[in-house]
Amino acid sequence: MTPPSRPVSRRGLLTGGALAAGGTLAGAAAVAVTRAEPPVRQPERTPVAVAVGEAIEPFHGVRQAGVVNEPQAHAAFVAFTLRPATDRAALARLLRLLSDDAARLTQGRPALADTEPELGLLPARLTVTFGFGPGLFTAAGLDDRRPPSIAELPPFPIDRLQPRWSGGDLLVQICADDPITVAHAQRVLIKDSRPFATVRWVQQGFRRAAGAEPGRTQRNLFGQLDGTANPKPGTPVETAVWIDDGPEWLRNGTTLVVRRISMNLETWDLLGRTDRELAVGRRLDSGAPLTGTREHDEPDFAALGPDGLTVIPDFSHLTRAHVTDDRFRILRRPYNYDGVPDADGTADSGLIFAAYQADIATQFLPIQRRLAERDLLNEWTTPIGSAVFAVPPGCPEGGWVGQQLLD
Amino acid sequence: MPSVLPRRFLRPAVLFTGAVLIVSLAACGSSGETSAAPTPSATATADASAEAGVLGVRDPWVKAADEGMTAAFATLVNDGDTDVTITGAATDVSPMELHEMAMADGKMVMRAKQDGVVIKARSEYKLEPGGDHLMLMDLARPVQAGDELTFTLTFADGRSQTFSAVAKPFTGAQESYAPGHGEPMPSMSASPSPAP
Repeated sequence: MTPPSRPVSRRGLLTGGALAAGGTLAGAAAVAVTRAEPPVRQPERTPVAVAVGEAIEPFHGVRQAGVVNEPQAHAAFVAFTLRPATDRAALARLLRLLSDDAARLTQGRPALADTEPELGLLPARLTVTFGFGPGLFTAAGLDDRRPPSIAELPPFPIDRLQPRWSGGDLLVQICADDPITVAHAQRVLIKDSRPFATVRWVQQGFRRAAGAEPGRTQRNLFGQLDGTANPKPGTPVETAVWIDDGPEWLRNGTTLVVRRISMNLETWDLLGRTDRELAVGRRLDSGAPLTGTREHDEPDFAALGPDGLTVIPDFSHLTRAHVTDDRFRILRRPYNYDGVPDADGTADSGLIFAAYQADIATQFLPIQRRLAERDLLNEWTTPIGSAVFAVPPGCPEGGWVGQQLLD
Repeated sequence: MPSVLPRRFLRPAVLFTGAVLIVSLAACGSSGETSAAPTPSATATADASAEAGVLGVRDPWVKAADEGMTAAFATLVNDGDTDVTITGAATDVSPMELHEMAMADGKMVMRAKQDGVVIKARSEYKLEPGGDHLMLMDLARPVQAGDELTFTLTFADGRSQTFSAVAKPFTGAQESYAPGHGEPMPSMSASPSPAP
């Protein structure tokens, strides 16, 4: 995962003579020596570019990348509608092509027949994750192998779903710490999909820049910490996210729910800070539950305030979304979106809510039902898109994603 | 498509599989176009005598096309100490020619490379859109995106080598084809086929 580190300046080390012993100190000193000399243009050697741009996530493996990796700063979710003639054999050809593109681009190599090969050289932790929507199983003639929960979600009263953000036969989730890398990968993957599929929707989103807040939970555009209750690395993630039973082709796979949540910044603006914190059940600054002081403190839902009411209101997002058993948690990997405000300045902002879980029926749906029924945040948020995908396992070198199902 | 091409450009690839002298003669001559039809055994024979590793073949691909002409590309790597001359290429879906891009009448056109392709010792040779390429002259069936095609290269010393290449949707490389007078190439269409 960590790329081989490059010397800060090879030339600097050489001109530094005795400093060539290496190591951080030697490197720093060498840079200083270089500076005293006539300037040498080496833009590609700046340490920041090395750290962010050249970092690599593996593509090949038992499981797909882009699920449990530390979320990258930028993402594009691209959903396709398969063309009527795209059958099982065509799907195999499509996924061979796309897997090859992903295998190359994620490792910092241009795609085959890349028309902009220079844009393929900085992977910036690029991951490309494939998901299969219900229609893919139908197109392949494999409806009998579609997991029951890979279907449109049941309708919720809070939904105002728009077709332009909903559904999809095939999903490609593209994530990287560099937006040009994401744009190029999106272009390459869409071009190779054209004979097989049309673009149904694209949702582009962002989080904090790489390295801006290492290890911190991201903030959404309401200013809330988002993802505090994610299952922790290790056993909790293993059991909550990865499928270890059921059909062979889905072992080490997972499922993905993508919901586009419009966030009404105009009405949110009308709330005072206290009301905002009551709505979510957490403090805005630290993310701590209203009964605690630190983000990961366990909330005390029974604690009463001086007014005799619970400190954390029953209608708060924290209460409604709370899951005590690790097995029933979901892995939230959301991205913010921020469209163009209208002439009045009304924002078009929200969240690309992306949740990974081993089982939608026992993990995602119970939480979603509780939220839909009574989450005060619903006052300011509206689901406007919804899609569900099976995320097949990864592939070995020379293989392709989905091979276990489609070959 | 074949009807617009002079017959000498439809010469089956099997002619190229002989010794280099014959290739040169055949390439310059006006006879013999129909004397050797491509046979099913041509590829098989080449396979049987194939020796792996005459050249390294890096990143091979072929441009998907429904019919007519298309082209294959790769980076050929000669790690040896002697030059290698490719005298022919073959695949089972189409007769093939070695093509180069060259200036003719003030514009870039493609034309058959009469003397084969020489890959110098210790060097790389790029077959790429807009440059030299392996031309598939007349597809017997569609080459669909994602298809794997097997190609056989034959060399001046009689050796041969096979490699496989994946078909990619690709709209670039809109070169003019110039068997003598720079005809356009309508079959290498600008839009990828919607039929998978």
